[in-house]
Amino acid sequence: MNFDFSRNHFELFGIPPLYQIDTIQLEQAYRDIQSQIHPDKFAHLSDAERRLSMQWSTQANEAYQTLKQPLGRACYLLHLNGVDIHEETNTVMSPAFLMQQMEWREAIGEARAAKDTSELEHLTGQLRTEIQAQQHQLADLLDKEKNYPKAAEIVRELKFMEKLREEINYALEALDA
Amino acid sequence: MALLQIAEPGMSTAPHQHRLAVGIDLGTTNSLVATVRSGMSVVLHDENGRGLLPSVVRYHEDGSTDVGYSAQAMQSRDPHNTIVSVKRFMGRGLRDLPDAGSMPYQFVDAPGMVQLKTVAGVKSPVEVSADILKVLRDRAEKALGGDLVGAVITVPAYFDDAQRQATKDAARLAGLNVLRLLNEPTAAAVAYGLDNAAEGVYAVYDLGGGTFDISILRLSKGVFEVLATNGDSALGGDDFDHRIYCWILEQAKLSGVKPQDTRLLLTRAREAKEDLTFRPEVRITAVLGAGEMVDLTLTSETFTDITSSLVNKTLAPTRKALRDAGLEPEDVKGVVMVGGATRMPQIQHAVGQFFRQEPLNNLDPDKVVALGAAIQANVLAGNRSDDDWLLLDVIPLSLGLETMGGLVEKVIPRNSTIPVARAQEFTTYKDGQTAMSIHVVQGERELVSDCRSLAKFELRGIPPMVAGGARIRVTFQVDADGLLSVSAREKSSGVEASIVVKPSYGLSDDEITRMLLTSQENAKADMAARALREQQVEAGRLIEAIEAALNENGDSLLSATERAEIDEGMAVLRRTLEGANHQLIKDQIEKLNHISEMFAGRRMDQSVQKALTGHKLEELEI
Repeated sequence: MNFDFSRNHFELFGIPPLYQIDTIQLEQAYRDIQSQIHPDKFAHLSDAERRLSMQWSTQANEAYQTLKQPLGRACYLLHLNGVDIHEETNTVMSPAFLMQQMEWREAIGEARAAKDTSELEHLTGQLRTEIQAQQHQLADLLDKEKNYPKAAEIVRELKFMEKLREEINYALEALDA
Repeated sequence: MALLQIAEPGMSTAPHQHRLAVGIDLGTTNSLVATVRSGMSVVLHDENGRGLLPSVVRYHEDGSTDVGYSAQAMQSRDPHNTIVSVKRFMGRGLRDLPDAGSMPYQFVDAPGMVQLKTVAGVKSPVEVSADILKVLRDRAEKALGGDLVGAVITVPAYFDDAQRQATKDAARLAGLNVLRLLNEPTAAAVAYGLDNAAEGVYAVYDLGGGTFDISILRLSKGVFEVLATNGDSALGGDDFDHRIYCWILEQAKLSGVKPQDTRLLLTRAREAKEDLTFRPEVRITAVLGAGEMVDLTLTSETFTDITSSLVNKTLAPTRKALRDAGLEPEDVKGVVMVGGATRMPQIQHAVGQFFRQEPLNNLDPDKVVALGAAIQANVLAGNRSDDDWLLLDVIPLSLGLETMGGLVEKVIPRNSTIPVARAQEFTTYKDGQTAMSIHVVQGERELVSDCRSLAKFELRGIPPMVAGGARIRVTFQVDADGLLSVSAREKSSGVEASIVVKPSYGLSDDEITRMLLTSQENAKADMAARALREQQVEAGRLIEAIEAALNENGDSLLSATERAEIDEGMAVLRRTLEGANHQLIKDQIEKLNHISEMFAGRRMDQSVQKALTGHKLEELEI
C-alpha cells in the first residue's frame, strides 16, 4: 500500500496536537480532505483509484471521528504521548467515584422502571454538566500541566460516565418503542 | 510517427463527451428514471408521456412480462401472477413478512429470501425488481440514444445490508452498472438543497409506499452531511391502504375474501386514501366475485382515527434520529416531505406539530428522489458539475459480531459516516481451539436472535494455543454504498479469511449467472456477447481514466521507467481489445489496475496535500 499512515490524525488535518482545538477548523479541514478523496470523486476512475479512495476516505473518517469527540481526542493524545489508559487491566477507581457511579445507576434504574421519561432527560442534563466539569479539568491536565498519568485517570472516569449516558439513551429508546 | 488511434463506434474516449448516466428511484409503488440534460435534472417519460412506472410486473405462461400500467390494470384479475410492492420482499425471508397471509401470492420459503410462484416459474424478488429496472433502462437508452455508463439506484436509508445487496443484484441482473446505491432521503436532500441553496440543519421525512425514513442532515457550503438516520423498512402508504381494507371488511361484514376480491378492495382502499387528501369523505363501492355489494362512506375523521397508530410509528424513529444527532425539534430549519404518502393530511399535521413548523412541500414528493439521484449519477459518471458538492452519508444500523452466550458485540455503531472500517480483537475460549466461527449481525438489540443475521464464516487453521492465547482480529469495512465486507486474521500465524457479506441471504455470482442464462432474452450467445461488451466498456473506462490521470500529473509523479511500465500496460490492453476474448481482456484490466496502483496512491496523496495547503493559506489570510 502506498498511502501514508505515518501522519498522525492531527497532522492529517493540519491542527496542533492539543485537547482544546478549534472544532470549526477541524471540521473545515475534514471537509476539504473528503472533497478531494471521497469515493464519489473517483466513481468513474480505475479500480485502483476507487479502492485507494475508499481506504483514504475511511481513514479520514476514522481520524475525524476520533478527534471530534473530546474523549476520543483525549485518548488519542495520551496514546501519542506514550500513555496507555489500561482500560482492561487498570480498574482501580477511587471509592468515592465508584460510590457515585452506583448512585447514578440506581437513579437510572428507578426512572426506567417508573417509565419516567422526563426524569431520564433530567438525568441526561445532570450528567452532561458533570462531564463538562471533568472535561475542563482534562484540558488543563493535557494542554497546560502535561500531567498525563492524572489525565489518564480522568479519561477512565469519563469512560464510565459515557457508559451511563449510553444507558440512559438505551432506556429512553426502550420507552419509545 | 505514432499511429493515430480511432475509437470503436460507441466507445469513444473523448474526455469532453457527455457520459450517459441516470438516477433510478426503484419504489414500492412507482419507479422513475431521471437524468441531467443541459444542466437540468429531468424525469424521463414513456412513449405516452408518463414519468411514473407502476412497480408492478405481470408474468405470462410463455415467460413474457408486462411491467407498469398494463400490469397494474390486470392486478385484480390475475393476482397470483401480478406482483405489486415487490420491494417489501427484497432481502426478506417469509418469517419477516407478518402479513404474508393476507397477500394474494403463493410464497415459496427459500433460504435467505422469499420467492414467488407464478405461471412463468418461481421468481425471486430480485428477478422481479430486475424486470422493472430493465424497462427503465430501455426507456433511458431510447430517450438518450446510447448505452448508459451507469446508474445511481436509490434505496431507503433504513435498508439493511441484505436489502441493499438484493437491490444491487437486481440492477446487475438488469444489465446496469451501479455507480452508487444512494439513500432516498439523501437524494431528496440533494435535489432540495441544490435547488434552494439551503444551509443549516434539515430533516427529510420520507414516507413511501412501503418504507419510512427520517434523515437529519446538515447542509453547509456544498457539503450534505447526514447526521443521523432512522426509519422502518416495513411501513408505508400500503399499510394505510391495508387499514382501510380491514375497515371495509369489518363494516361490510365480509370474511373469507378471495384473492381477486382482496386485490380489488385494496385498490379501492388506495383510491379512497388518495381522494381523502382533497375531500372530507369518500364513497367506496365494489361488486365482489360472488355478487356481494360493498357501498360505504369513509370520512377523513375515521381515516385519521384508524391510522393514528401508523402515524405514531413514524414519530418514534424521528425522535430517535434527533436524539442520535444530538438535536431538538426546534434546531431543525426545515422539514422536506418526500414520498407520495406524505400527501395525507394527517401526516402533514403530525409532522408539523412535531417539528413546530409547516413542512416543506415545494418539490414533487414522487419525483424528488429520482431527480436527486440523477444529479448524483451525473457527477459520479465524471461529467463536470458546475457546483462542487459532497455527500457524507451514514449506515443506518449497527454492525456487530456474535460473542459467547448469543450476545452481540457492536463493531460499527449506527450513524457512522461511510466509508468506515473498524477492527475488533477476539480470542479463543478453549485450549487448542483451531477454528473460530464468525457470525456477523446487524441491528441495535443486545441478543443475536433479535438482530438480522448477515453472514457466518469460519476462520480455520489457528495454531493450537491455550485458551485466550490467540489474537483474532476481525475487520469490518463498509463501502460508500453502505455494503459490508468482513475479514478475519489470526495475528501470530497470519491465517486469514474474508468474505463479502452476502451468502446467507443474497445471490451468489453463480445464481446471478444462472438467472441471466435462464431469462428468455439472454440466450447463451447473447451472454458471451454481453460479457465481451462489458469488459470492453470496462477497459475503455480504465484506459480513459489513466490517460486523464497521466495528462494531469503523469510527468510530475512518475519516473520515466514507471511511466513506461504504465504505457506498456495500456498498449497491451489495447491490443487485447482487438480480439474477442473477454477473459483475456479481464485479466489485462486487472494487470493494468495493479501496475497503476502506486500512481493512484501518489495522486491521492497529492490531493490530500493540496487540500491541506489550501487550508493553511486560508488561515494565513485571517
